[in-house]
Amino acid sequence: MSCEQCREREAVIHLTQIVNEQVTTLHLCERCAAEKGVESPGAAPKTPLGTFLAAMGEELPEAPAPRTGDSCPRCGGSLQDFRESGRLGCSECYRSFEVPLRDLLRRLHGSTHHMGERYTEAGGSSPPSAPNPAIELREQLRVAVETENFELAAELRDRLRVME
Amino acid sequence: MIDLSLLTDGGVGWLDASGPSSHLILSTRIRLARNLAGRVYQGRNSESEREDILLTVEAAARDTVLLRRAIKFRLDRLDRSDRQLLHERHLVSKELAGLDSDGRVRSGASLLVQDRLGVMLNEEDHLRLQGLHSGFALDAAYAEVDRLDAELGQRLAFAFHSEFGYLTSCPTNVGTGLRASVLIHLPGLVLTKEISKVLQGLAQVGLTFRGLYGEGSEVVGNFFQLSNQTTLGSSEYELLDHLGKMVRQVMDYEEQARQVLLRDAPAIIEDKVWRAYGLLRYARALSFEEAMNLLSGVRLGVGVNLIPDVGMYTLNKLLVYTQPAHLAVAEGVAPADPDLPVRRAQFVRKVLESEVGRRG
Repeated sequence: MSCEQCREREAVIHLTQIVNEQVTTLHLCERCAAEKGVESPGAAPKTPLGTFLAAMGEELPEAPAPRTGDSCPRCGGSLQDFRESGRLGCSECYRSFEVPLRDLLRRLHGSTHHMGERYTEAGGSSPPSAPNPAIELREQLRVAVETENFELAAELRDRLRVME
Repeated sequence: MIDLSLLTDGGVGWLDASGPSSHLILSTRIRLARNLAGRVYQGRNSESEREDILLTVEAAARDTVLLRRAIKFRLDRLDRSDRQLLHERHLVSKELAGLDSDGRVRSGASLLVQDRLGVMLNEEDHLRLQGLHSGFALDAAYAEVDRLDAELGQRLAFAFHSEFGYLTSCPTNVGTGLRASVLIHLPGLVLTKEISKVLQGLAQVGLTFRGLYGEGSEVVGNFFQLSNQTTLGSSEYELLDHLGKMVRQVMDYEEQARQVLLRDAPAIIEDKVWRAYGLLRYARALSFEEAMNLLSGVRLGVGVNLIPDVGMYTLNKLLVYTQPAHLAVAEGVAPADPDLPVRRAQFVRKVLESEVGRRG
């Protein structure tokens, strides 16, 4: 499909807009899209996580090195592979790249703690155990300190003291 | 050609418009992402490993109550038109059906389906459990998928982390692995130009929207799929409750927008919905997009009681059966047949005629 703007180059960006009561899709080449102020996906990996991962790409090497160096001992996947595909290679990757992944999970979901059904192999899933507010508060406190939000940190510390 | 009539309700029970609020909400979908413990994920595994996953999961599924009689479709052994058919019925993702731009089907890509429940195998995750219900039915749909999850979880070992929860190939799904979505029709908000504001508001409260066919699809016919964005840090019930509350709010906004349109521009709205009806009733060629947009207009007309005698079920059926692969199967031609727009118009005319009679 050729670009609807210049009608020369191949359309690679498909922009859905709502204009005059109609939902329309514009098919544009990279250059025309850039002129319209649409970010080209060429600059980032083509995954929904792409922009996100590219943005945090600079920070990852600073995190403590994964236990076994660069790649996961189970599947052989590396952090670089993950950045490019947005997909992890196996469950062990969550251990191999725990530090950067923990950070990513916090940014994506606002938490790293699963609060849903607990899984036990023999019994399948079971209802979530009652959430422990102290654990959550401690986690929030840690984030507040990390992000230098000291006002919030002080408040959280006081709440924890009352609780404990 | 695959025979979808083998499925109890043809796999389209969700479009019978019997569910709650089905004038606004076409369907509710729940999916749970699960992986088998100790096995490499799809992106890095081999053909034989995927085959083994298929065998293992199928054996477990045959031992359950909910998937004992499941029909199996091996996407990797189906023609493109058959795969497209399953995708158009919302039974498989575009990715699993190999309808993405590279057009390749992964070996081992399969679907097990029984009634309203199904499992996609060798998708991005080893298993994607899913349930599809008519109308607005988050709790009922989740309860059913949750039962299937428990049944399969007892027979298989799922990858589960004590802190992160269910582990998934993409970290956006980790934790509950739950994506709940409702397919909602919002022409009032689009016409009053309030839709961008509403969608932005949803993003701020952790919800996201997609088009008619889910991830990566375009918005057609004013249908939006609203779903939870995060999967970790809240329980399944909290996620469903939050989505449910927000969807109810969007439904209120939509109803208000319709009232505003009827109050401030009754002549324009009346003309718009009858014009859509007239085109569907008498046009001699219709593209899929045009048909979707006109159906949206008629649906609005029926919703605000301007157009009598047309049922939501009929509109839902038209929505599904005018899609390229469905129409092509019904007409015995290829989905890319150049005659398809003419055949689509014929089909729509016939259905509407039998619904409202020749004088309608």
